[in-house]
Order: sequence, then C-alpha cells, then structure tokens
Amino acid sequence: MNKISIRNLTLTYSDGVQPLRDISFDIPANQISVIFGPAGGGKSSLLRSLNRLNDLTDLTHQKGSILLDDQELLDPTLDVIQLRRRVGMVFARPVVLPLSIRKNLTYGLEVAGETNKDRLLEVVESSLKKAALWDEVKDRLDDPAIALSGGQQQRVCLARVLALEPEVVLLDEPTSGLDPISTGKVEESLQDLKKEYTIVLVPHSVQQAARTADQAIFLLQGEVIEVSSGDLMFTNPQEQRTQDYIQGRFG
Amino acid sequence: MARDTRETLDTKIRELNDAIIELASIVEQAILGSVTALAERDITSAKAIYEGDKTINEKRFELERQALIIVATQQPMATDLRRLSSIIDIAGELERIGDYAKGIARIAMRLGDDTPLRQLVNIPKMAEMTADMLHRAISAFVSLDEEAGMSIPKEDDQIDILYNLDYQELLDLMIDDRENIDRATFHLWVAHNLERAADRVTNICERTVFTTSGKLIEFDHTDDESDAF
Repeated sequence: MNKISIRNLTLTYSDGVQPLRDISFDIPANQISVIFGPAGGGKSSLLRSLNRLNDLTDLTHQKGSILLDDQELLDPTLDVIQLRRRVGMVFARPVVLPLSIRKNLTYGLEVAGETNKDRLLEVVESSLKKAALWDEVKDRLDDPAIALSGGQQQRVCLARVLALEPEVVLLDEPTSGLDPISTGKVEESLQDLKKEYTIVLVPHSVQQAARTADQAIFLLQGEVIEVSSGDLMFTNPQEQRTQDYIQGRFG
Repeated sequence: MARDTRETLDTKIRELNDAIIELASIVEQAILGSVTALAERDITSAKAIYEGDKTINEKRFELERQALIIVATQQPMATDLRRLSSIIDIAGELERIGDYAKGIARIAMRLGDDTPLRQLVNIPKMAEMTADMLHRAISAFVSLDEEAGMSIPKEDDQIDILYNLDYQELLDLMIDDRENIDRATFHLWVAHNLERAADRVTNICERTVFTTSGKLIEFDHTDDESDAF
C-alpha cells in the first residue's frame, strides 16, 4: 500500500531554477524509501516538499500533486502544523533544545497541550527505546541533552520526532556527522521503526543507501532516473546513468 | 564513490583480470600437457603436471583472497560487484579444471610404458577443443563480451559427441579383447575428465553473461558432478 503518491511534481524557485522537474513515484507504507543521487540533484527539496518546509524558501511555483493517503499536501489551505506532526523530519546536524533529555522529548507534546504526566513519561520511554537510546540515557534523563555525544544527540532528535507519533519520518542525511558505530545504531533503529512508520531517507553515501533501502529512488538533476527495490538498484540497475553513478563514474 | 576511488577500483580489477588470464593459461597448458604426456608415455612430464596442480590451487586461493579484499575495501556495486563475484567463482572453476588435468596426469603415470590403445581415439582432439574453448571463454569474460559468452557453450555439444563416440569405441575394444579392459577403462576416465572440464568452461561463460547482464542462466550440459579421477 502506498503512503505517499507523487505525481508530475515540478518546483520552481524565484530565480527560475527548477530543483525538481515533473517527477512521479510512490512511497510505500512501512518501508524505507531511499532517495539518493549527486549533490544538487533535488533530494532535499523533495524531502522538504513532503512536509511543506519548502514554504519557508523562495519557492514561487509548485505544480503537480503529492498525496499523503488521500490528502493533497500542496493544497494552500492545508494546516501545515498538523501536517508536520504527521510527517516528521530529522536533519543532518542534530539540534537539541537547551533543555534536559526528558524535556527535549516532552516539549512538543506539552506545546500541543498534553499535560498528563504518566502519558508524558510513557512517551519519553517508548520514543527513546524506538530510537535505540533508552539504555544509554535512562539513568540521566534530567541531564542536559547538549552533554550527549553527537550520535546520541541525533537519536534524541529522532526520538523527539517519534514522540509526536508521526506516520512518516523524513531523514535528511541523519548520520553524515556520526561515527560508524552511531551510524550503525541509527540504521538499525530504522529497520525496527519501519514496522510502525513510513521512512524516507536521504542517505549520506551510496553504501548507506544500499544498506538501508527497501525501495531506492535515483534522483539526478531534478529528475527521477530510476525507481526500484534496493536489492535490484545496487546489484543490477537498469539505467546506464544509475550504473555510472553508483559505480563512481560521476558525482 | 569518489573518482580517485574509481581509479583505484579499476586498477585492482585490471590486476585481477591479469591474474585470471595467467591462471587460465596454466590450466590450459595442464590440460594439453597431460594428454600429450599420456599419448607420448612421458612419465616425467605427467609427474610435473601432477605436482604443478599445487601452484594452480595456490593461485586460485590468492585470487579469491584479493577479490574479497576489494569487496571489503572498495564496496563495489552493480557490474563491478557482479564481476568480482564472478572472478571468485571462475577461480574455483579453473581450479577444478586443473584437478581434471591432474587426474589425467595421474593416469598417464599409472599407464606408464604400456602400449597405448590405438591413437587414444578422440582424446587429443577433445583436449584441444576444451583448451581452445577455455582460452576464448576467459577472453570473453575479461573483455565482457556477452555474445561470445553466449555462443561458446554451444561448442560443448561437439565434445559430448566425441565423448560418446569414445565411450562406444572403448567399450567395443573391451568386448573384443579382455586384455584391453584395464587400459580402456583408464582412457574412459580421461575422456570423462575432458568432458567435465568442458562443462566447467560453460560455467565460466555463465559468469560472463551474469557479469554483463545480471542474468543467472544455466547452459544445458550433463552435470553429474562426479569427481575427477
């Protein structure tokens, strides 16, 4: 079943640049869809379209359609705050709030009006467990989050998104600044998370794309070149440009 | 993968291709040499080929080791990955063909100065055809020539025909004279080894097609998987 359907999406910036041109593909529910390709190919623009973060850029024109279940995300009357609860985002650089680990996780829910202490406690534990961080921080939840290592901070950011119980989690190069062990933990947690959430990942390397992708989408200069299962994409891509890119002939 | 990494990978794959060509050439000579030693009752050459199998085995393992190092350090994908997996497979096929040559050399040593049965029937012809197929199969793999990889296995039918002719003729020789049974049986084993060696050449061609197209196909051949003599 598809969670998101993108049809003929074209984005145009005020200077006429089109980061995405007439792209169409589906994002299946409960899978890890990996969008990869060379820098400047439109990966982040695409990811930002999925929770309307592009509204904050100088985008002048969006054409086409993005359906989340049956809801049109490009509808100008859409409640974007509500959308961003359903579609959460984890960025490349972890930005924790200058608060305790616990408060980092409850902040969003409290702002949204949640006051039940037991409920908040439960969310802290479950989201930290899902982000594979619980065992490392359970005895120091009131320590400042900023004191954690980079890898742990990134998992706090992931847990913070999960605390809001989204349906889709977007991750934009979430492990680009992390060491291999922390990277492994994040990748491993994604494999568990996909059982409950739909994951869309922009990886920091082709190798990470190959390790994580259920579905892979190769994006080149604003166009979708190839969409296939991860297994097929990295062993036997059908398009020459995909083959050249993943074999390091350009990019 | 950065461009300088690409160059490193290209260099390493070239080196592996060279090593495959070298190993195949040794195996080719072992097949031809073992049959010549048998025909000429040359025990010294037969012994050298028998002993030389150790070198083939060592080179096979070294190839496998180098290919695995490249997989681990360069993390190749697509055609590169398929090519490396095929190199590991082909190294194994070459080692097995080497075992068939070793088996023939051992028979040549066992038969020693015994008078040969006629002119070894079709055995020298089978050895030449197998060695020639092997040579071209390796060239096709190294140059990623899918067309050659698809066509060479068809020649295996000719070797099967020669094997069946030999089988019948050697059987007739045994029926004609009980004295022939011992030597004819050895000759039958030699012919069988050559027939199996040619089958393994078709396996190499399957790897060429896999490397170029990603398709895992099997060419039809008798595949009884029996061991070399």
